[in-house]
Amino acid sequence: MQWFLANLPQVLALSGSHLVQAVVPLALSVVIAVPLAQLARLNKGLGAFILSAGSLLYTVPSLALFVILPGILGTKILDFANIIVALTIYAVALLVRSTLDALNSVDDGVRQSATAMGFRPLQRFLAVDLPLSVPVLFSGLRVISVSNISLVTVGALLGIPSLGFFFTDGLQRNFPTEIVVGIVGTLVLALLMDLVLVLLQRLLTPWLRTATPAPTAPTATPTTAAQPGVAA
Amino acid sequence: MAAPEAVRSPAGNAANQTISQAGSAMVQFQGVQKAYQAGRPAVDNLNLSIDAGRITVFVGPSGCGKTTSLRMINRMVEPTAGTITVGGRDISTIPAHQLRRSMGYVMQSAGLLPHRTVLDNVTTVLRLNRVPRAAARARAAELLETVGLSADMGKRYPNQLSGGQQQRVGVARALAADPPILLMDEPFSAVDPVVRAELQQELLRLQRELAKTIIFVTHDIDEATLLGDKVAVFATGGRVAQYADPEEILRAPVDDFVAAFVGRDRGFRHLSFSPGASVPVHPAPSVAWDGAALMDDGAAAAGLRPEAPGADGSGWRLAVDGGGRPLGWLAPGTAGTPGTAEAGGPLVPGGSLFHAGDPLRNALDAALSSPSGLGVAVDGDGLVQGVVRAPEVLAAIEAARESRTAEGQTPEGRG
Ligand SMILES: Nc1ncnc2c1ncn2[C@@H]1O[C@H](COP(=O)(O)OP(=O)(O)OP(=O)(O)O)[C@@H](O)[C@H]1O
Ligand SMILES: [Mg+2]
Repeated sequence: MQWFLANLPQVLALSGSHLVQAVVPLALSVVIAVPLAQLARLNKGLGAFILSAGSLLYTVPSLALFVILPGILGTKILDFANIIVALTIYAVALLVRSTLDALNSVDDGVRQSATAMGFRPLQRFLAVDLPLSVPVLFSGLRVISVSNISLVTVGALLGIPSLGFFFTDGLQRNFPTEIVVGIVGTLVLALLMDLVLVLLQRLLTPWLRTATPAPTAPTATPTTAAQPGVAA
Repeated sequence: MAAPEAVRSPAGNAANQTISQAGSAMVQFQGVQKAYQAGRPAVDNLNLSIDAGRITVFVGPSGCGKTTSLRMINRMVEPTAGTITVGGRDISTIPAHQLRRSMGYVMQSAGLLPHRTVLDNVTTVLRLNRVPRAAARARAAELLETVGLSADMGKRYPNQLSGGQQQRVGVARALAADPPILLMDEPFSAVDPVVRAELQQELLRLQRELAKTIIFVTHDIDEATLLGDKVAVFATGGRVAQYADPEEILRAPVDDFVAAFVGRDRGFRHLSFSPGASVPVHPAPSVAWDGAALMDDGAAAAGLRPEAPGADGSGWRLAVDGGGRPLGWLAPGTAGTPGTAEAGGPLVPGGSLFHAGDPLRNALDAALSSPSGLGVAVDGDGLVQGVVRAPEVLAAIEAARESRTAEGQTPEGRG
């Protein structure tokens, strides 16, 4: 505890850079995966390709990716960009599938009635399909957010600053307190991100919080679809 | 129905532009075919001309292509052959989203957007047409009232409404942009019979005011004959077996398929189209009832005949409240003397009521459903006018048939 308080500035600084490395890929992955998933919906052949490409990419070990990427991107090995790109790749690989599930979860009757009212395809996608897929989409995002937080620590092996630094440093110095601070810090970050996502989801789905239960009202709990386990 | 008789004839008077257009073709199918897969088409060689300002019902067994035909009108389904015109324009030349905004669409599960409030659901098409938000909301609130919902329901989400209420919102939403055409695909089939009957009456009421061109899909022949100005009976394979007004479809089905589809009760259903005014109404053998016992003075209202038990052949007596509304029947021999509290025991519930202006079907049903065999006739305010007897209703039915035969309107040959 004393060590923690004494090193608070460093803990905070590393937490900050840890968060950036986790959040930016998450945001980027949404921007990339949502259009990809919609493409996959519209074109079955392309969809099959996108999904298998995603699974394939996800099997590349993270450390290998961190090492290879600088060669491909022409970045320095210690560059943040490597982590960001690598984690974005993983996140997209995962998120395309959950976005596809999310879009498929939208009631076809609702989709059709929106079409019948005269929404154009893109209009309908943005105004109807996307908002209605938020619950399932976010259950995917929450898994990825946790996975990102833990994957970021791997970058510490290469010397990229994050809470993972406390693992490597603590191990070298044989100083368990530091390792514990690293673990607890990572956990706290993961929980924090999860909380933010849950709040964001509630904000984006006011209709699921409607208090007065009508006879036909579905339960307000979003479907937490089982996600494939994530190994860091 | 919406259109008075004068409107049905080709309009010679140009006095009212909208009325003179009513009855002309609004939607036309010409040689339309739709085959989802190669092989058996879902709709084949459909030729149909749908009148403006009227309700046209597509009815038929499941899978016969009703929904497919309906959805070709707003291009949710593209025909594989043939042309469809709306207001004289080939719809394949109109951008699909524009065409759709000119038609209201209501489907079985209302299809409300679950993430938008009721009010915002109703404003949807207006907003797509770039009507400013405030104006759209004002119009939507108005429409909620039109379809019989209170304005404060506008703040709710669809999952906070009952099925019947959702269906009303669906209708309000379809009407929002005041489209000349409404497409309705089994809109009332997911609600209970009581609510359905209510919604049907509301639709007829709305239609009297709005005179839209409504194309209504159902597989319920009763609903079809109740709502339709014209009914198209679809046979399997997307063939229209008969296209006529409902009275004719019930009286003179063109073939065995239509006869079978229209059903065993069609003779009874057809009575819906014969006015019941000719049925004699007799004074009712009635007693005044205060809720628990006979009241002292007999009922004095018109049409009531205060009577001692057994005075009528049947011995049944109709209990009416102080105002003259029917409460139920007292079985023969069950009633005591006036003013006696324990007199009579519980009332036997009455049958259906024959309202002034109802067709013969209701007169007969009133008589058949009454425990006493006497059908209770009431006026517009629900006050007892008297009773009708089944044999006399049958006589009236026979008289109506004979007068039709005299006019040459027989199943075999129509004049
Ligand atoms: N999208 C589709 N793809 C392939 N076949 C379809 C499609 N939609 C309908 N069909 C087929 O076309 C035929 C007509 O279907 P349609 O939905 O028009 O029937 P319907 O008369 O509306 O039936 P219901 O009363 O059950 O709603 C059916 O055999 C159906 O299986
Ligand atoms: Mg259908």
